[in-house]
Amino acid sequence: MNFAMIFVVLGWVSCFNAIFMLLPAFVGVIFNENASYAFSGSAIISLVIGVLILIFIKPKNKTLYSREGFVIVSLSWILLSLLGALPLFMSGAVPNFIDALFESVSGFTTTGASIIHSVEALPKCCLFWRSFTHWIGGMGVLVFIMAFLPLSGAGNMNLMKAESPGPMVGKLVPRVKSTAFLLYAMYLGLTIFEFICLLFVKMPVFYAVNTAFATAGTGGFGFLNDSMASFSPIIQIIVTIFMILFGINFSAYFLILYRRWKDALRISEVWVYLGIITLSSIIITFNIRSLNDSIGDAARNAAFTVSSIITTTGFSTADFNEWPELSKTILLILMFTGACAGSTSGGIKISRFIIMFKTIIKEIRIQIHPKLIKKIKMDGHEINHETVRALNTYLIVYIFIFSLSLLIISAEGHDFITNFSSVAASLNNIGPGFELAGPTQNFAFFSPTSKIILIFNMLAGRLELFPIVILFSPTTWRK
Amino acid sequence: MNIIVVGCGKVGQAIVQQLSDEGNDITVIDIDEKKINEASRKYDVMGVIGNGATHSVQFEAGIEHTDLMIAVTASDELNLLCCLVAKKAGKCQTIARVRNPEYSKDAPYLQEELRLAMVINPEFAAASEIARVIRFPSAVKIDTFAKGKLELLKFRLPNNCILTDYSVKEISSKLKCDVLVCMIERKDEAIIPGGDMTFKQGDMISIVATPQNANKFFKKINYHSNQIKNLMIAGGGNIAYYLSKMLLKTGISVKIIDRNKQRCEELCVKLPKATIIHGDASENETLLEEGIDNMGAFVALTNLDEENILLSLFAHSRMNGKIVTKVNRIEYDEIIQKLDLDSIVNPKHITAENIVQFVRAMKNSMGSNVETLYSLIKGKVEAAEFVIRERSSILDTQLQSLKFKPNVLIACIVRNNDMIIPRGQDTIKLGDSVVVVSRHLGLHDICDILE
Repeated sequence: MNFAMIFVVLGWVSCFNAIFMLLPAFVGVIFNENASYAFSGSAIISLVIGVLILIFIKPKNKTLYSREGFVIVSLSWILLSLLGALPLFMSGAVPNFIDALFESVSGFTTTGASIIHSVEALPKCCLFWRSFTHWIGGMGVLVFIMAFLPLSGAGNMNLMKAESPGPMVGKLVPRVKSTAFLLYAMYLGLTIFEFICLLFVKMPVFYAVNTAFATAGTGGFGFLNDSMASFSPIIQIIVTIFMILFGINFSAYFLILYRRWKDALRISEVWVYLGIITLSSIIITFNIRSLNDSIGDAARNAAFTVSSIITTTGFSTADFNEWPELSKTILLILMFTGACAGSTSGGIKISRFIIMFKTIIKEIRIQIHPKLIKKIKMDGHEINHETVRALNTYLIVYIFIFSLSLLIISAEGHDFITNFSSVAASLNNIGPGFELAGPTQNFAFFSPTSKIILIFNMLAGRLELFPIVILFSPTTWRK
Repeated sequence: MNIIVVGCGKVGQAIVQQLSDEGNDITVIDIDEKKINEASRKYDVMGVIGNGATHSVQFEAGIEHTDLMIAVTASDELNLLCCLVAKKAGKCQTIARVRNPEYSKDAPYLQEELRLAMVINPEFAAASEIARVIRFPSAVKIDTFAKGKLELLKFRLPNNCILTDYSVKEISSKLKCDVLVCMIERKDEAIIPGGDMTFKQGDMISIVATPQNANKFFKKINYHSNQIKNLMIAGGGNIAYYLSKMLLKTGISVKIIDRNKQRCEELCVKLPKATIIHGDASENETLLEEGIDNMGAFVALTNLDEENILLSLFAHSRMNGKIVTKVNRIEYDEIIQKLDLDSIVNPKHITAENIVQFVRAMKNSMGSNVETLYSLIKGKVEAAEFVIRERSSILDTQLQSLKFKPNVLIACIVRNNDMIIPRGQDTIKLGDSVVVVSRHLGLHDICDILE
């Protein structure tokens, strides 16, 4: 294990975090808020930690193997979450450190589950920081660092693989650095585009910035107590469209950018994703027709909620906890599917379901023709056995973590729907669940133990389980 | 620069590693998924699985934005087809590996008609390298600068040589020779020596000099540099064929031993002047019978690395001349260096080196000023020739007053066809070619050597 190199990357994470924190500090200065000091203070702490590490630790060997990659990614996220909780705690916005950590993790992992009763009462800089953590966490902080830092060598691919979601992580261009840069360029471009669209339909600037950040990272921290419900229909429609856009695989945008239309149109995952959204929205529209004034309202609320849940954003325009059982069940299922691999969303990811579905068909055919040779293909490429195996293991680990978390949380004695949907909402990085954890509620009622379990779930979910599991596995640390 | 490499075998990997380290964006294409995975695990490159000669696969690899396509699969025809398709699909330069001797006779024609930038034949390149070593038997390795006017020679200090215990600066004062010692390899270390460093027995020494001065130098230190008159080649493959053809022209008599009768007959027809022996070179009886004791040189070119090494060791025990060993696997380089062998030739490495040199030259026209570049010790020391095309702070200042990075040595300045072995008072002027030996890899500009 190359400890020196692990520390160096952590040092850089800390330094970059200091830079990130200057933004909310600046926002605090604009609105003339005292909480601004909490941010500048945390930025200094973060910078000192980072600089000290970088001064005192000079790695001899700069190679990163895949186990260092996993360990670095999980430790970076833990460090980032701890540092991110500091200003919330120091400014007094969240008086309890576990709660502040919950909020911070929920931000970076783009979950959007909150423990704050009245977000409107928070200082503006805290609101900004919450949305900004979504933006950083969405594409990944190490990807960000790699886009700017000369961490040379093929070992970086191990970092990128560990941080980026999806069963198969590939490069867009030959170099890791250029790939990371390109990803962030597209991400920033789309975010700015959304911001401009929102301004265009007369959303206040501060809200537009926050909404753009939270949608881009598919996070979903609200900055009004009723989330998105009080905004005009046109704003809601724009947010719906952008939530869907950020749930699409970024390689599709890359292909479009390079005018490779045919390849872009061939990504089956995107079609399945759009199909699921359309179908679910239509069913829910008719199912909630009686609760709304017009069919248009019903369709808007249905589409917004479906997009919000499937992309694991977690904004809401309506209290879907009050919806009929059919709609709620559809939403619960969508919580697990997630959006496309290679997007900023959480959940299991549609490409995994496509591969699983094809594996099932293959298995059935092999049962009928025992000597059949059959390979699974997706988008014209063969899916090798390793990928399928990794996917199966992923699912088993997923179910295992899910059940264990559910078991521990159940000890508190809340109802089953609340517990189940809370674990689902945190492990899939969505935000709101049902009943006590519904869209108009928050997670403050859980005990500290349960909160820690949910924090673990959010991190595990964002990093797609393995990095976190590997961090806690004894074999990783054995010499 | 954007480069596509088709074929991810040994040569492909060597090229990919070198070019990727030098900052090029590389996409590799291979039909074998395992090889692609291995390459993208080891190097910072992108992999595409598929047949590199098909348009769709090239398109997927981004042929339209590519500057150079290098086709080094095992098949000549496939390589040529790759280049043809690439030429049509994109606006890139192309390099093809063509090893079949029947095609390589046509190489100039192919290059012209198919508009290839370079046709490389590993066996031919290896043969040329060996021929150079044979012609200059004192050296282990020779690289040339300034279009052949300047040579970088590497040799092992023999036992009881007068040079032992001399210091580097005493060469010019005591021997009155204009040569520059640019590198000393002692055990596993490569040292760029200062003037006070002394030579020890067993050192591997690299010098820079003109061919005449080098000859003078070797005479003064009593290093046997007698011209080779006859040599024996074990193994009659393509390298042996090319090598014999080159050497026979210069009047050296060649004896080839091969165990395949049919091949012997073929060689006999193609090389009427050579002596072809049908026998097993691995039997020392055969070698002794054919007079290995009196040979000026022995070249081991069989298909097996192990056999080549053993034969060379045996030859070393029987004769005094030059011994060249072909070794295909690069990985064991360090261990082989420790054996008492003279020159080791690695055809794949030579191929990769030639292609990398071409890429550097191509880059020249795109900004970098490196004219030629040799890797003296793989991954540790490089010798680079810069052409000074524009004014910079390094010009017209006495070398002694410039602050160089540690482990950098200006080995030679070439000005209007004159070789200057630089001393402290010399200056670099516009239009000069400067040879720099350094442990900093990947220098792009002469100014990179300054602090």
